[in-house]
Amino acid sequence: MLSIKNLHASIQGTEILRGINLEVKAGEVHAIMGPNGSGKSTLASVLAGREEFEVTEGEVIFKGKNLLDLAPEDRAREGVFLAFQYPVEIPGVSSTNFLRTAVNQVREYRGLEALDAVKFLTLMKEKMKLVEIDQKLLSRSLNEGFSGGEKKRNEIFQMAMLDPSLSILDETDSGLDIDALRIVSNGVNQLKSDKNATILVTHYQRLLDYIVPDYVHVLYNGRIVKSGLKELALELEEKGYDWIKEEVDSAATV
Amino acid sequence: MSTLTKQDPFSRLLESAPTNFTAARILAKECYLAQGIPLAKAEEYKFTNVGKKLEQNITNFFNADSFEVSEELIKSSIFEGFKGDVLVFSNGKFLPAHSAKIKGIEVSVLSEKSDLALGSIAKPEKDPFAALNQASFENGIFISIPKKAQILKPILLLFFNQANEGQVIQPRVWIEAGDFAEVTFIEQSVSLGETAYFVNKVVELKGGINTQLHYYRLQNEGKPVLEVSNIESDIQKDARFTSVTISLSGDLVRNNLSFNLLGSNSEGNMYGIYLLNGKSHVDNHTNVDHTIPHAESHELYKGILADQSRGVFNGKIFVRQDAQKTNAFQQNNNILLSDDAIINTKPQLEIWADDVKCSHGCTVGQLDEEALFYLQARGIDKMQAKGLLLYAFAGEVLEKIQEESFRTYCDTLIQERLGSKF
Repeated sequence: MLSIKNLHASIQGTEILRGINLEVKAGEVHAIMGPNGSGKSTLASVLAGREEFEVTEGEVIFKGKNLLDLAPEDRAREGVFLAFQYPVEIPGVSSTNFLRTAVNQVREYRGLEALDAVKFLTLMKEKMKLVEIDQKLLSRSLNEGFSGGEKKRNEIFQMAMLDPSLSILDETDSGLDIDALRIVSNGVNQLKSDKNATILVTHYQRLLDYIVPDYVHVLYNGRIVKSGLKELALELEEKGYDWIKEEVDSAATV
Repeated sequence: MSTLTKQDPFSRLLESAPTNFTAARILAKECYLAQGIPLAKAEEYKFTNVGKKLEQNITNFFNADSFEVSEELIKSSIFEGFKGDVLVFSNGKFLPAHSAKIKGIEVSVLSEKSDLALGSIAKPEKDPFAALNQASFENGIFISIPKKAQILKPILLLFFNQANEGQVIQPRVWIEAGDFAEVTFIEQSVSLGETAYFVNKVVELKGGINTQLHYYRLQNEGKPVLEVSNIESDIQKDARFTSVTISLSGDLVRNNLSFNLLGSNSEGNMYGIYLLNGKSHVDNHTNVDHTIPHAESHELYKGILADQSRGVFNGKIFVRQDAQKTNAFQQNNNILLSDDAIINTKPQLEIWADDVKCSHGCTVGQLDEEALFYLQARGIDKMQAKGLLLYAFAGEVLEKIQEESFRTYCDTLIQERLGSKF
């Protein structure tokens, strides 16, 4: 589904990603872990099309298309979903109207009929249950005055509404209490199928207790320096990132 | 400018002015001559060079005659959904024969009310254009709402303008509302023909105690309109006046809006949107004068400027020494959509009382890139996402319009302009 080859990206002349290689197949869950500043969020941003980052080398093929050629909205329509680390508050834009516009633009792109108000509300009610989100929240301006947990739940709710094939969750777990994490993870798990894939970008292993990954990758200094199965995450929790840093740094000096 | 400084272009208009309201006209003429057309250095008009525009566009410095306005034209010019009464003007002159007879309201040609204290609210010494109008207007309108009258249907002041010889159009409106009266006015202009003209409008509103006045304006002629307006109101005890000005076009538009809060527990609200493109130039100069204790004013103007358009906002608030316990709030926010768009914004508070709550703020910025990316990342087209954000920005002002049909109409116009579908 997703094939990243030798991806290099920089911001204002500083190289952040220095040759990422990653293959993600339908039905898989990949966790990308790593210390702060390793480039995890940059990778998520580059995949979603954030313009501040300049891709200097490499390619990203998503479902046979060159993802890097597409505008952010077309990536979303093709099925890429980024759950933001910091969801944006947008005063004056009602959550419901926003979502209806988004859903219908995505549907139009995929050759599906636009949902009328009734069908949209039915879909919304169904998906709201997934993340136990309150209707009152959705009658307010988008994310405005939402708590941290409410914002992250709203991200997963939007993900449910847009039905992506590749979901990238950027530190969705950070700052959540256990109850909120359980709700969010439960939502993500229910949305998983053999047709879609998930990339979890996280600093903490805790999330992986709730959403079990098939593969774990460690990102350090803009490269994936170690890949393994879910057991790698447990090892990282126990030993921290220092041993990997040392391994990489000593290899570099040889 | 030299021609203007040598001989005032309006001097012949002033000489041939009507002779009714003699005292008011003589005073106004003196005030005008003392001030003259503001030149580029004039502080109050430094960003809005009316004199230069007049010189470039006006060929005939006389009042344009009224022209025949057909019923079909009137009908087709009233915005969809409007359910109220219409008062019609042709080149500034009130046309009683084409206007509604409104039950419970006295409406007449202003010339018939020669004992009115014209200029007692919009004082000619304060602004040269108010003075010019008072000295040389020809035929205005007088509207009187009796005490305790609740006028439920809005009144549309519909101005048809067509000055084929590049002339001057000088509407003059006097509105008085008795104690406890409630009324809503909507002002709209329709520009016919292709020739530029100069509109110099004065609206004086005299409200009694506990009145509830709403005055909404839409500036959307879409033609090279050159307009200066002076709208001023005295607001008495327990009365509330809300003004909303929606400016969507204008070659050069200068709106002077002044509220004098004269009685305790009075409230003055000024709201506005200017959504400009091309080379439009819209200047809102507002003035709120708190003279007594326990009065409130709220002001919010929002601007969206594209292309080479220019906006000017100057908001003065005076809180006089006696005006303790005043609440005065002012806010002006602007979004610039191009590198060539300009906004000059200046909040100006003068506070002489010591127990007051006052705030002001102005912002100038671009569209929030992070918000734009967020919407795009959800599959919303970039153009539409921009429209959505700008519409949300303007929405805060739109919702201040209580008259639903007018709000819906403005809402639709703004959405169309922003290319947003909802």
